[in-house]
Amino acid sequence: MSELKCVGKAVTRKDAIEKVTGSAEFIEDRFLGPLLYAKMKKSTVAHGKIKKLDLSKALKHPGVKTVLTGKDYKNKIGLYLVDRDFMAVDKVRFWGEPVALVVASTEKAAAEAVELIEVDYEELPGVFDPFEALKPEAPLIHEELGSYEVVPIFYPKAGTNVANHFKLRKGDTEKGFAEADIVIEKEYYVPQMQHVPIETHKAAAHWSPDGKLTVWSTAQSPNVVRQLLAKAFEMPMHKIRVISSYIGGGFGCKAGASLEGLVVPVAQKFPGYVVRIVFNREEDMQGTFTRQALYSTLKTGVRKDGRITALEYKMIWDGGAYTEYGVNIVRAAGYSSSGAYDIPNVKTDSYCVYTNNSIGGPVRGFGMCEMQWGIERQIDYIARELNMDPLEVRLINGMKKGSTTASGQVVHDVDYEKCLKTVADQIGWGKKEQPEKGKLRGKGIAGLVKCPAQPSNAASSAIIRINEDGTAHVMIGATEMGQGMLTAISQIASEALNIPIEKIDIKVPDTDFTPYEWQSVGSRITYTCGTSVKRAAEDALGQIYYIAANLLEVPVEDLTFDGKIVYSTKDPEIKATIREVADSCKKCTGEGIAGPIIGKGSFVPKNMTNLDPETGQGNPGMFYCFGATGVEVEVDIETGVIKVLQLATSIDAGKAINPQLCTVQLHGGTIMGLSTALYEDVRFDKGVMLNRNFTDYKIASIDNTPHIESFIIETPETNGPYGARGIGEQPMIGVAPAVANAVCDALGVEFNTFPLTPERVWRALKEKK
Amino acid sequence: MSEKITISFTINGDKETREAAVGQTLLSFIRDELHLTGTKSGCEIGECGACTVLLNGKPVNSCLVLAVELDGKELVTIEALSKNGKLDKLQQTFIDHAAFQCGYCTPGMIISAKALLERKPNPSDEDINEALSGNLCRCGAYQEIRAAIKDAAKK
Repeated sequence: MSELKCVGKAVTRKDAIEKVTGSAEFIEDRFLGPLLYAKMKKSTVAHGKIKKLDLSKALKHPGVKTVLTGKDYKNKIGLYLVDRDFMAVDKVRFWGEPVALVVASTEKAAAEAVELIEVDYEELPGVFDPFEALKPEAPLIHEELGSYEVVPIFYPKAGTNVANHFKLRKGDTEKGFAEADIVIEKEYYVPQMQHVPIETHKAAAHWSPDGKLTVWSTAQSPNVVRQLLAKAFEMPMHKIRVISSYIGGGFGCKAGASLEGLVVPVAQKFPGYVVRIVFNREEDMQGTFTRQALYSTLKTGVRKDGRITALEYKMIWDGGAYTEYGVNIVRAAGYSSSGAYDIPNVKTDSYCVYTNNSIGGPVRGFGMCEMQWGIERQIDYIARELNMDPLEVRLINGMKKGSTTASGQVVHDVDYEKCLKTVADQIGWGKKEQPEKGKLRGKGIAGLVKCPAQPSNAASSAIIRINEDGTAHVMIGATEMGQGMLTAISQIASEALNIPIEKIDIKVPDTDFTPYEWQSVGSRITYTCGTSVKRAAEDALGQIYYIAANLLEVPVEDLTFDGKIVYSTKDPEIKATIREVADSCKKCTGEGIAGPIIGKGSFVPKNMTNLDPETGQGNPGMFYCFGATGVEVEVDIETGVIKVLQLATSIDAGKAINPQLCTVQLHGGTIMGLSTALYEDVRFDKGVMLNRNFTDYKIASIDNTPHIESFIIETPETNGPYGARGIGEQPMIGVAPAVANAVCDALGVEFNTFPLTPERVWRALKEKK
Repeated sequence: MSEKITISFTINGDKETREAAVGQTLLSFIRDELHLTGTKSGCEIGECGACTVLLNGKPVNSCLVLAVELDGKELVTIEALSKNGKLDKLQQTFIDHAAFQCGYCTPGMIISAKALLERKPNPSDEDINEALSGNLCRCGAYQEIRAAIKDAAKK
């Protein structure tokens, strides 16, 4: 490959000046015009029949325009399993589920009227633990499960609370366990967490008299919102426009569709108004996706030389009250269930189970943090049992070029060993430092892998318009939620077009004007959108050459373009400026050659397949991204407080399109992982979420964030744009197990759950004595 | 309608007299009445710091202050920091160090940092940690934010 001009450089963010000056428009800043305000009346029971819903007083309240109930919405909604009501119909399934929507001319009037709605419930027995929900006598949360529409790669079981059962059978686990010298079986638990982006979920809808619906949303994926709204409201897609703006953090909670549909019937009722709904912090925490809790049992057979011969993984996921999206997390964790390791015999059963807890759904890592917590803890158990170095056990079993995943997919572009060794070297693996008095020190490592979890035909597209002066507009459907997409994609366009990045404009999506992108999730955009944009740029460049060849009367193959001028390589004096070529070019005779240049590119993965319904075998991964985390901790024996002394993270990005932004992403993911390892745990009491604000639900702040050393490994991804693969979610995955492994190394006490709060650590130490 | 009170104040250097509703938060007043949307709402209960502004030079969560308290005071929001197209040195170093991702907490972060540098021109890591501990960044740009503030202090 010739030397790269823009890709691989620390180019300044495209959104930088807007974001530091306060001029960056987030979606709420775009709710303009005559406004109406919507507020939800929320369920006060976790499971119950709605016996009475009296709206009369609310309707009479000054300023109130209307009050809607679940019955005002004709259809359900859902990405994979269509199980979700916009608002409860006859029955509520979780605490805080909306039962009515008040719309008023001010937010205050709406809030007051919400209090005037009278609801009586007949409480039903609730199920708050998936094991209870699996019992034959358990109350059913979705009686109609058998009638729900579902994408046929998921397997709900009618008449039970099982929303999906993913099965994987690789090799022969019986044989594998027979070959093992030791068998280790452990149970693990990962609690729910919340994404808590600082910007909460927000949406607005406007209905114009000609029947056009415009929706403004914090959605990560405007095209999917449009698709789901079109279905739910039985509208053609060209009559729905979904606008996304800068997003104030996504992390998965703004994937799929969430609150947008709530205000659509209101907009229909009041054409000309912009009907807005803005979740407050409590609503955002309790009413949007949470990370599904995972209860798992992991059984591994290992030979004395450290080779893992068999793995049996049983995962029970607390899917919450609706699992329209969560069923796919359960599937992804299932088909990835050997983690970063090549294990010849694997048997996995992954169950998505309805409960009356908050709705489970996508979170950064999409099941990998939860599933690989068990894997990475188990490796340390194995090492201790065999008296081996945990790093060595990882290296022996770790995937290499040509290894197969749990689903039997062969991985190609891998250097997991380098990821592991890099962080090990950084934290001084094998060297034990002397702690202060009253403290103990330990080191831990964990590996990680993730592929984007997406349908095998999740597509992408891009359009590049070349202006008359040779500058360009890149139009894409991906969203900017901080990951730096606008910048990385512009760099790819600049590189492929040979036009300087300063001359490239790029914007956030608007489905009426920007082309299709499935979803901005799964760390897939650099790869999918990047490929589309590269193709669009190549298309545009081809047109530049075609026009110049006609203008200059030289063969296309003799031409080259330096960003300003197209010239003949045989005679550089035969040349045309990009302006001449791009501005509806004509010959000297005045005859036109070609109109404006518009490059187009689209992409759909060609290397993914369906999975066998019985064995889960097939190719679910568009690419696999590996990495590792290394941690050194110091634990205060008196207080149980963990101090992170060293934190190192490595990710194989294939090619970092922008090393600075890639590093920042690495840091961000690592901090989010650390935050979950030490602090985060959504608490429920019979379905009632107890910690619904930042005082009760602590996340990492600047004063408890240690310095991170990060390493970008670059093993090129054969089909990625310039060798790149996505890395946004991955850095989070290894942190919790690495911290726990380090704490176990320090204390000799095992933890099979997290967060490792001082109380939990202190209690474990006390029990040990 | 809510009772309104006339207040006089300075906003980003300009004197203004406006009506503010009793009970309206300063955050709502800034966004909905002054139409300065750079100040962001994250929790509305003083926990996240996204709505930080300078009131008489001191950083406050504008969601916890009533608009009527602005009477007779001086208010500075993120919009005042860049002048005539020139960025404040903190804004520049935040860009140089890529000290933000989604950018939603950034106006509040920069305002808190500005107040810190006014008070302590050469802050240590501990000073920065203390001064910005009330500004949450879920994207986790903390390491870069520390570097950006230290860099700005040198300029």
